[in-house]
Amino acid sequence: MILDGKCPTGPIEKTWDKHCFDLKLVNPANKRKYKVIMVGTGLAGGAAAASLGELGYNVEAFCYQDSPRRAHSIAAQGGINAAKNYPNDGDSIYRLFYDTIKGGDFRAREADVWRLAQVSNNIIDQCVAQGVPFARDYAGYLDNRSFGGAQVSRTFFARGQTGQQLLLGAYSALSRQIKAGTVKMFNRTEMLDLIVIDGVAKGITIRDLITGEIRAHMADAVCLATGGYVNVFYLSTNAMGCSVTANWKAHKKGAYFANPCYTQIHPTCIPQTGDHQSKLTLMSESLRNDGRCWVPKKKEDCGKHPNEVAEEDRDYYLERKYPSFGNLAPRDIASRAAKEQCDDGRGVGPGGRGVYLDFAASIKRLSEDTIRERYGNLFEMYEKITDENGYKRPMRMYPAPHYAMGGLWVDYNLMSNVPGLFVLGEANFSVHGANRLGASALMQGLADGYFVIPYTIGGYLAGIKPGDYSLDHAEVKKSIEDVKGDINKMFSLKGKKTVSEIYRALGKVMWENVGMARSDASLKNALKEIPKLREEFWNNVNISGDGGELNQQLENAGRVADFLEFAELLSKDALTREESCGGHFRVEHQMPDGEAKRNDADFCHVAAWEFKGVGKEPELHKEPLKFDNVHLAVRSYK
Amino acid sequence: MSEHNANTMNLKLHVWRQKGPDAPGKLETYDAKHVSPDMSFLEMLDEVNETLIKTGIDPIAFDHDCREGICGMCSQVVNGVAHGGQERTTVCQLHMRSFQDGDSIFIEPWRARAFPIVKDLVVDRSALDTIIQSGGYTSCHTGGIADGNAILIPKPDADYAMDAAECIGCGACVAGCPNGSAMLFTSAKVAQLAALPQGKAEAAVRVHAMTEALQGCGFGNCSNHYECQAACPKGINVKFIAKLNREYLKAALN
Amino acid sequence: MQILKSVVGRKVFMAITGQCMVLFAVVHMLGNSSIFIGPDGINAYAKHLHDLGPLVWIFRAGLFAFVAIHIFYGIQLTLENSAANPTVYAVKKQIKATFASTSMIWTGLLIALFVTFHILHFTARVTPGIVKGVDALGRYDVFTMVVSAFKNGGIAFIYVAAMCALFFHLSHGIQSFFQTMGWNTDRTQCTISTIGKAVAFILLAGYAVIPLSILASALIK
Repeated sequence: MILDGKCPTGPIEKTWDKHCFDLKLVNPANKRKYKVIMVGTGLAGGAAAASLGELGYNVEAFCYQDSPRRAHSIAAQGGINAAKNYPNDGDSIYRLFYDTIKGGDFRAREADVWRLAQVSNNIIDQCVAQGVPFARDYAGYLDNRSFGGAQVSRTFFARGQTGQQLLLGAYSALSRQIKAGTVKMFNRTEMLDLIVIDGVAKGITIRDLITGEIRAHMADAVCLATGGYVNVFYLSTNAMGCSVTANWKAHKKGAYFANPCYTQIHPTCIPQTGDHQSKLTLMSESLRNDGRCWVPKKKEDCGKHPNEVAEEDRDYYLERKYPSFGNLAPRDIASRAAKEQCDDGRGVGPGGRGVYLDFAASIKRLSEDTIRERYGNLFEMYEKITDENGYKRPMRMYPAPHYAMGGLWVDYNLMSNVPGLFVLGEANFSVHGANRLGASALMQGLADGYFVIPYTIGGYLAGIKPGDYSLDHAEVKKSIEDVKGDINKMFSLKGKKTVSEIYRALGKVMWENVGMARSDASLKNALKEIPKLREEFWNNVNISGDGGELNQQLENAGRVADFLEFAELLSKDALTREESCGGHFRVEHQMPDGEAKRNDADFCHVAAWEFKGVGKEPELHKEPLKFDNVHLAVRSYK
Repeated sequence: MSEHNANTMNLKLHVWRQKGPDAPGKLETYDAKHVSPDMSFLEMLDEVNETLIKTGIDPIAFDHDCREGICGMCSQVVNGVAHGGQERTTVCQLHMRSFQDGDSIFIEPWRARAFPIVKDLVVDRSALDTIIQSGGYTSCHTGGIADGNAILIPKPDADYAMDAAECIGCGACVAGCPNGSAMLFTSAKVAQLAALPQGKAEAAVRVHAMTEALQGCGFGNCSNHYECQAACPKGINVKFIAKLNREYLKAALN
Repeated sequence: MQILKSVVGRKVFMAITGQCMVLFAVVHMLGNSSIFIGPDGINAYAKHLHDLGPLVWIFRAGLFAFVAIHIFYGIQLTLENSAANPTVYAVKKQIKATFASTSMIWTGLLIALFVTFHILHFTARVTPGIVKGVDALGRYDVFTMVVSAFKNGGIAFIYVAAMCALFFHLSHGIQSFFQTMGWNTDRTQCTISTIGKAVAFILLAGYAVIPLSILASALIK
């Protein structure tokens, strides 16, 4: 089936304004009659719940953490992009649009990206009004920094904690609505099923993580803002609780999953030290503003103390390969370059899995104090984890799974193919194409939450009768029974393996076969291994305790069970996409110099998969991508 | 330094176990064997839990999420100090290299009336949300906002606000406070917003509402022990409590 | 009145009443020092005060009210605080809290007990063994009363011990006043804390030197 994103047509700069005008409106007096469910309260979900509540809708919001302030958006360090052009360096909405499309390797929808660039400026204003303490210069004006994939300085930041500050802004707006009674917040709850009645999303089934109660919540529309799925690799920069579960449950109820193979591997993470490791820690991309990436030119220098490697024996590989962007090459490119050096035997640190990020030159040029002021908290974090002083010796970095560009398929209104199911933020697939630029995730989350969904959901709700659902419906009862059935089944297994053991095994299969470089053989191998692990899980996992209490093993088990199904789809998508683009790199498809080789003739489309049953072949639907405003070109950062 | 330590250690853990909010709790002793110094404290607990599961014992429940010291979910009192006593460090960022072979480690939950225990080391911190809901925001609408540069904010003010805004809401200040007070938490938000022009309009209402909520949630009063600042993994300074007091007096006198 | 119930308001009352008493303590100590001039010094000082007539009583009433407020809120806040932190840790380390800060209620109550004794002793002069007399000029002979009292090691000990309690109470209390009034910043914090401790020490020394020197000279004789 050919999918239609329902993008508005006409001159791109008018598309969003025209669309807003064309959308149907809900009468202010009627808004409170509509109930909206918001799953996830990070940047997208928190902002959306607050904005919808303020508009007058009756919102119920859910998060698995003990407070909406803890969503993983909080961990974003570097900044948020906006096309304000405050530094007068040639930025514009068009340039942000262009950079995002190009950064995404021409695999995103033009209209969606345009809208993102257009509302980016409102986001900054909104956050300033909320009291987000963005960095200011001495005159009191907002300060900017540069970020990967752009040659203008358009990134706004609050020290190294921009995500935290923006999330706390959204959280404060949400708190205000909770107090006002327009939003009802359910902390420590996890969505375990989507309730679809006559093809329309009408509710969710959740587990109360404290009492273990399984219950349904019904609404006129369901929004998922449940983040990304790169924890499928086991080790990633995501929080421990991040999962594909909500998205996967929706997918199993009919929502298409788009481009699952687009996963971003972030170039600057602290390398792994051992098997005990539970997660990887990201160091902001902003470090590449002042840090220079290098590895020794000679393999025999790899074991030496980095400060003993002579200048002429160092290979500043990013500066060498991409002279115009240098150390600020986009993430996918920087990650692959790091991997190349390590695969060439010139990696440093344990297992040769690391490259240096060196600040010596910047410290000499700007002084250690300046560097400390810019990145002090990152250096501190690095030292805590590695016990090494980044001011005195270069940091060691290695790429790690970080972000999912893929997600549930949505149309221009952020509605999935299941009417009434909206998907926001990282959970959807829409704007980043095959690779996300730094400081764009925060922008997208807040754009969706503050400025897109409040308009587009109205267009949907205006067309339906409010309160047209009932907890007594057979589908609701079935959903609750199914969820309980799955939980009981897990408890009944009483096997020999712990959830983490199987999870680690899955992560290993995924990282080795579906990681930074994918091949036909590796992907086929993954597709062979994943079902085995799934089999093992459903026969041999051991979960103690019971379901009627706080049971973190059970929570993990549910999430891992979904990853074990989802991993197969991710690998299948990667196998099907016979090209290299952005974060998806197929070794069979590369230029002679090792750069990604896109295949626009056959793959300039969104691949949206329809669920047909566990272990069954999913059905592929395509949404062709048209580029009327940017020229479809080879992406070059040289 | 970078010689990645192959020497592992064996530790004795004394962990608070409590089945539920009303169940009695007690310290149980477990062995943590072959702990690598490169492990984080929570990874060490992960390994202990794996062993417990295999021996048929219910694993230790503890809150954690980002494991990079920013989400504020992790909450353990280690050897009598919230987050373990390493300066500006959450327990998830505490590494085992700060312990020695043969050490005994006491691990307890946050303790305060306002933080009832849910299970083992997990406590209910929703009281902190209640405080923010009472007024920890500017009442701005979504949309229709003036340009971000329309209000100039001197760098020192922005920096001061940012210092306060770094609070991660973990509740260590309450856990460390001999009075179970959340004054540092509350003051950080009051001070952040009072320092910025956007927050000044509601400053008086805010400080009243938030201190009242603090009281209503069952937190104690501040008696200037400054244990909160010592426990805070973000180093939030007690000067913000002084700022809250100042704001309160200003509001009360006007 | 909301302020009388609030977390900050009550502390402000504690702080202001406490600080007024510190000022009183300073003046009282300076007055006491007139004992070193000899009988003429302190007896004249006492007469001067008594001649103020009703003003003395107004002052005493005011001071009593301050003490009452300070004690009332002190007890109330302490009870609330221990209720807010009911379960104790199996292991608990203090990092910044001090003996002084954690024993405010006890040092405070000790001081209250002492003040009661002190009023009965030197003001009402109803305690057993007190020397009540007049000097050659017909003034109350405060000098002899004090000197004879402090020749008793037990009495001297009570006074010195109470001044130690006062020292601890004020070494936390004075800097706490500035914090509660909102006058602390991170730059002033350290200085204020040092000044607070210094003032507390000066009071300890200024007060304790009288019983100690009297007792010492009696012992030497």
